[in-house]
Amino acid sequence: MNRRNFLKNTGCLAIGFTISGSFIDVPAPMFQDLPQSLKRHPNINAWLEVLANGQIRIFTGKLELGQGIGTAIAQVAAEELDFPIKNVEVVLADTARTPDEGYTVGSGSIEQSAMAVRYAAAAARQKLLVLASQQFNIPVDQLTITDGKICTLSGDRVFTFHQLLNGKQLTDNVQAPVALKPKDKYKLVGKAIPRNELNHMVRGEAYYVQDLRFPGMVYASIVRPPAYEAKLLKFDEKALQKTNPGVLKTVVNGSFVGIIAKEEYQAIKAQRWLQQNSKWSAGAKLPAARDLITYLKSLPEQPDEPSIKGTLPGKDAAWIKAQYFKPYHMHASIGPSCAVAIYDNGQLHVWSHSQGIYPLRNSLSKLLQLPTEKIHVTGVPGSGCYGHNGADDVAADVALLAMAYPGKHIKLQWTRADEHAWEPYGSAMIMEAAAVLDSAGNITSWKYDLWSDTHSIRPGGEANNLIAAQSIATPLKAKPGHGGGAARNSEPYYTIPNQLITAHIVQGPLRASALRSLGAYANIFAIESFMDELAEKAGKDPFAFRLAHLADERAKAVIRKVQELTANISLPANTGLGIAFSRYKNTASYCAVAAKVFAEPAKGIIQVQKMWAAIDSGEVINTDGVINQTEGGLIQSASWTLLEQVKYDAQHITSRDWVSYPIMRFNEVPEVEVVVLDQPNEKAMGAGEAAQGPASAAIANAVYKACGKRIRHLPMLENLMKS
Amino acid sequence: MGIIAIGIQRQNRLKILVIMNSTIQLQVNGKKHTLAVDPATPLLYVLRDQLALNGPKYGCGLQQCGACMVLLNGKAEPSCLVPVAAVKDKDIITLEGLVRPDNTLHPVQEAFVEEQAAQCGYCMNGMVISAVALLNEKSQPSDAEIRAGLQRALCRCGTQSRIIKAVKKAAAKQQGK
Repeated sequence: MNRRNFLKNTGCLAIGFTISGSFIDVPAPMFQDLPQSLKRHPNINAWLEVLANGQIRIFTGKLELGQGIGTAIAQVAAEELDFPIKNVEVVLADTARTPDEGYTVGSGSIEQSAMAVRYAAAAARQKLLVLASQQFNIPVDQLTITDGKICTLSGDRVFTFHQLLNGKQLTDNVQAPVALKPKDKYKLVGKAIPRNELNHMVRGEAYYVQDLRFPGMVYASIVRPPAYEAKLLKFDEKALQKTNPGVLKTVVNGSFVGIIAKEEYQAIKAQRWLQQNSKWSAGAKLPAARDLITYLKSLPEQPDEPSIKGTLPGKDAAWIKAQYFKPYHMHASIGPSCAVAIYDNGQLHVWSHSQGIYPLRNSLSKLLQLPTEKIHVTGVPGSGCYGHNGADDVAADVALLAMAYPGKHIKLQWTRADEHAWEPYGSAMIMEAAAVLDSAGNITSWKYDLWSDTHSIRPGGEANNLIAAQSIATPLKAKPGHGGGAARNSEPYYTIPNQLITAHIVQGPLRASALRSLGAYANIFAIESFMDELAEKAGKDPFAFRLAHLADERAKAVIRKVQELTANISLPANTGLGIAFSRYKNTASYCAVAAKVFAEPAKGIIQVQKMWAAIDSGEVINTDGVINQTEGGLIQSASWTLLEQVKYDAQHITSRDWVSYPIMRFNEVPEVEVVVLDQPNEKAMGAGEAAQGPASAAIANAVYKACGKRIRHLPMLENLMKS
Repeated sequence: MGIIAIGIQRQNRLKILVIMNSTIQLQVNGKKHTLAVDPATPLLYVLRDQLALNGPKYGCGLQQCGACMVLLNGKAEPSCLVPVAAVKDKDIITLEGLVRPDNTLHPVQEAFVEEQAAQCGYCMNGMVISAVALLNEKSQPSDAEIRAGLQRALCRCGTQSRIIKAVKKAAAKQQGK
């Protein structure tokens, strides 16, 4: 069976996993719940190959998005196998080679992929030792693995993995319990192992999907409608050809318009020409004249079950209330989305930076009416995406073009305006919080309402939500997204006896999907701003007020750490220190943030001077990975919070470049300091989305301390004067 | 001046389009290249598509993000709008050209790797090129000067704090030499 078929078979069968009967008798290191990824692909060989050149190759269904997952995975594999990490090759998401691990999302790659590799590598270790014992007639307890080789304890006999397997691979299924390496023996895990890919990036070696080149490759551009749902009425193809040398083909399928040209700049010029010289219907009008808060609250809601605890008092109680708002935000990748495709001999090959290449393959299959076996999607890193940006859409665009122009590799690089105007944004959200304090200053009741659009219209194996699918001659209707992400972190992590939390899911005016941390960013901004407002009413210090409402020691520990880090800072005039805390998803990483901010409302100035974070992500695989993600989370969130909002007029998005959608530049970027509280005996959790929420509220709370202005509506700089 | 003819077959008629392409000489990373190219083509596309260089990246095509930075006579400049004809007399250095003949890294590149000053790394080209130009002008820049020197380059992952550290480290390395 070749690799592809093997994976197809294991991938399609729902393999149940049963803990073997002997489990009870075996002293398991701890109860092992194998990661879902491993349960779906239990074969060691799905994750690990022993190569003849002395290396091992590890497969992950996740894609490198700049989060350093490739390094973390190499670390756990090398650790369990006592293998030199420089000889571990990691193969990223590829539908012909790697397990199907769905989407690279939700800070789940460490919990899923890295843990699957850990167990697979540990199982491989055990199997290799047993094989060596049988083959050379040496008791297992006389064998060990050192520096990637199996050797006798006396050191007189040494075998490589490849010698032992003699070209075969390990095809056993991984079964719990798997003996894992004791954590006190770790040499790689928990260390700041540098990411090797930086050596390639810094030399300008081909690394990104944008860097792919093939002989005879041609270049494409897409002409989008001037408004959502606008339909193509007419354009003069002859005039296009005449005025735009180098155009090889125009592909028109309903209102989907693509141009294929010999050279990249020719494709861009032809796009500009066609944008000026084509007629479209008016399309859907955007409610630009209306206040977005009023508008969103006026929309019909999807029914949703509120989350209830205890009993709330009536209206007569002393409710303290506040309304918060977050506008639409962009992913705003520095490199716009890009993909390459070729359709040749009935096979379509797509190179994509999609977060989910297997779901993308299914979506393409439905879009193109082409069986999945005829489609091969190779994941190649792109510019950081921070969620669902244009990656899937550009792949669908170029796939349609490849089908219409077979035999050539076609590269489609979206322009800045394509990405800014058409990527699915992080939804605007309204958060209304209300609480009652008792005489001792404790929160007794909590009422919270949020209004939001969906936080995921990922294609998920369907074609409907691809832009191209909605434009072609037989268009597919967009499917409503999942409402669940809006409520992420809407429940406070604090001990509050009576609670009522209601999510009002509406369909807002702009295309919206998953942006890093989904609803958690806005909910934590609201909850943690409100906590400071309540602390003030209760006459309590923000640190003490939070600690008094927390039961979880790990939560308290990150807050105390930030308190310690900021204990001796000086706060001159117009400078304030704000703090905030959250546990991402209420089940994952703990993060407390402090911000030191200088604010001068009369001059419209907010300067975030420094931010501190303490993070507990459980067991740390790569310390520098956690620090890097947290530093980046603080800075990215500072940019969202101070500056960002997607603007639109009645026709369409007007934020089409970095002037109309500014993000933070070097002169505004705060200094950052991150402390990681390693918990080697706790579950490893992703760290990429823990800092964004608390960072926003810490800034808001610091602005209040600095100048007395409580800014509840984002972006802060625009609302500084209004408040 | 070279002439390139492209045939487009449409409805059994062969239509000949004639494009006037110039022959342009470019000095890139110490090597002279003679290229047949539409002189209005922005430098970025010539570097990426004709010379197969990966360093300069497409980011916005508007000179707003710095992803496409190159050194033009030692100064960091975006390459996404400037017509190739306008830079034919300039010394053009890309990220690739900073690597030393013995394959070792330029001190700025070295410092970026040592400080792990990237997440996705897409902006790294603009950051490194800007930093090299900055340090050429001012060997020991202050924090504020580093920020000002990198102001044109955007990073979305939020690795600016590491980038600042890397530039400081590079300055120290160059001073040590």
